[in-house]
Amino acid sequence: MRRTHPALSAWAWLVYAFLYLPIVVVIVFSFNDSRFGATWAGFTTRWYGVLFARADVREAVAHTLEIALLSTVVSTILGTLVGLGLWRYTLRFRTGLTFLLVMPIVMPDVVMGVSLLMFYAFVRGLLERAGWTFDNGFWTVLLAHVTFQISYVALTVRSRLAGYGRDLEEAARDLGATGLRSFLHVVLPLATPGVLAGALLAFTLSLDDFVVTYFTSGSGFRTLPVLIYTNVKRGVTPDINALSALLVLVTVVAIIAANALLRPRRSAT
Amino acid sequence: MLTVRRFLNTLGPGTLWLIAFLVLPSLVMLAYSFLTRVDLARVGPPWTLESWQRVVGYDALFQEWVGDNLRVLWRSVWVAGLSTLLCVLMGYPLAFYIARQDARRKNLLLLLLIIPFWTNFLIRVYAWILILRPFDLVPSLAATFLGMVYAFVPFFVLPVYASVEKIDWRLLEAAEDLGAPPVRAFLAGVFPQTLPGLVAGIILTFIPALGTFVVSDILGGAKTALVGNLIQNQFGQAGDWPYGSALSFLLMGVVLLGLWAYARTAGQKGLEELL
Repeated sequence: MRRTHPALSAWAWLVYAFLYLPIVVVIVFSFNDSRFGATWAGFTTRWYGVLFARADVREAVAHTLEIALLSTVVSTILGTLVGLGLWRYTLRFRTGLTFLLVMPIVMPDVVMGVSLLMFYAFVRGLLERAGWTFDNGFWTVLLAHVTFQISYVALTVRSRLAGYGRDLEEAARDLGATGLRSFLHVVLPLATPGVLAGALLAFTLSLDDFVVTYFTSGSGFRTLPVLIYTNVKRGVTPDINALSALLVLVTVVAIIAANALLRPRRSAT
Repeated sequence: MLTVRRFLNTLGPGTLWLIAFLVLPSLVMLAYSFLTRVDLARVGPPWTLESWQRVVGYDALFQEWVGDNLRVLWRSVWVAGLSTLLCVLMGYPLAFYIARQDARRKNLLLLLLIIPFWTNFLIRVYAWILILRPFDLVPSLAATFLGMVYAFVPFFVLPVYASVEKIDWRLLEAAEDLGAPPVRAFLAGVFPQTLPGLVAGIILTFIPALGTFVVSDILGGAKTALVGNLIQNQFGQAGDWPYGSALSFLLMGVVLLGLWAYARTAGQKGLEELL
């Protein structure tokens, strides 16, 4: 079963080369001592210095992390509860609920972004009549991120629990545990790997999101992807290469760490 | 049994959140598509069908059907379609290659696939500027295709890999034992087993490719504008929210229709497996 045709291996390595070429190029050019990335003009680390000196970059990093952390907490709680409910109850409106959960995943992000943009404007219009107002910024972005994260968490939790029957929870109830106790001591530990995986997914989705943030953030609030976009539109500068290289590094470290964290648990089950 | 109290304790908060921030905004969007542009980013009465007429090709200025928008929609569909096809050609064999390695190598190869997948989308698209600029290929339609395939191929490979993993190889052996030539044995014994993954992969590639404005914006330039760019423009420079709403709603309708058709053929389980 393990024999693979040489042509298949060659193809696979070509695809991997294709996937890594841009990443390697970005990293190499982040050390290129030239204002215009196309030609090699010697090794330098000065773009990293330029990058760290930029206040807008530091601010965007802070915004990105604040949004990602807070939205992950909220969506993990809401999504876990939905995932548990899906697992626990036989539902008459199951198809409708699945559709509702699938929607944020399959809806093109530009549609989600503009519909929220208009929704916020609509709500602002209503509130203005009551003498209230708000600007798009931190809160509008936060609410938008939670919206697309909930489904991913719910579905990860549900698929984690899919293998278990409800008998363990029922046994706990028969032995006199209250609903809350059996939830905290029986159901939640079973679901924990799914909750963690869902939270990790939600966090990365938030870090990576550009389109929804772009439409819901207004003009004063920028996350890192939005900052990168506006910089790329204005013309490529070498410090953006340095920023990209750092983000690639962070991604690699995070994935390896997540892999190491999740592996012992996986082999234990 | 699900009581109101239990609903509020588990499914309720998340469901209500999605209704508030997903369903209601969609309804607002639908309503706005029938309103009139007041000024930049403002809409109001009278209620009109004008935006929808424009979506299907009517030009308000010349008072006739010109079909410019239909051309953009059609271009979006075939650009997304061809990108998806390229992803299939590239990713389908790769899924098999990964699935047939031993456990350690398999994990490593999956990790190597996930790293670009989890690397910031904008950076992956932007990186191609660096590579293609010396060849004078940015902006161009070819660059758009390259960027699309590059950005979406991991979306395709992962679900296909999941179904290749589950293949019962005995069917292939049985077909070979019965004298089927390799290609036929593959088509009869293996290919059908990968269909759920293939369909999921195609959906997960085609939909983002259909909706993207980032790839075509950064790599394609104005000449290769897709429906995503057209929508973005209505909420940016053009400031025409009713028209943008109608276009967005159309895009969402196409996606939901495709999903509904998929759910009809694959059933509830198939819908859940898509995720």
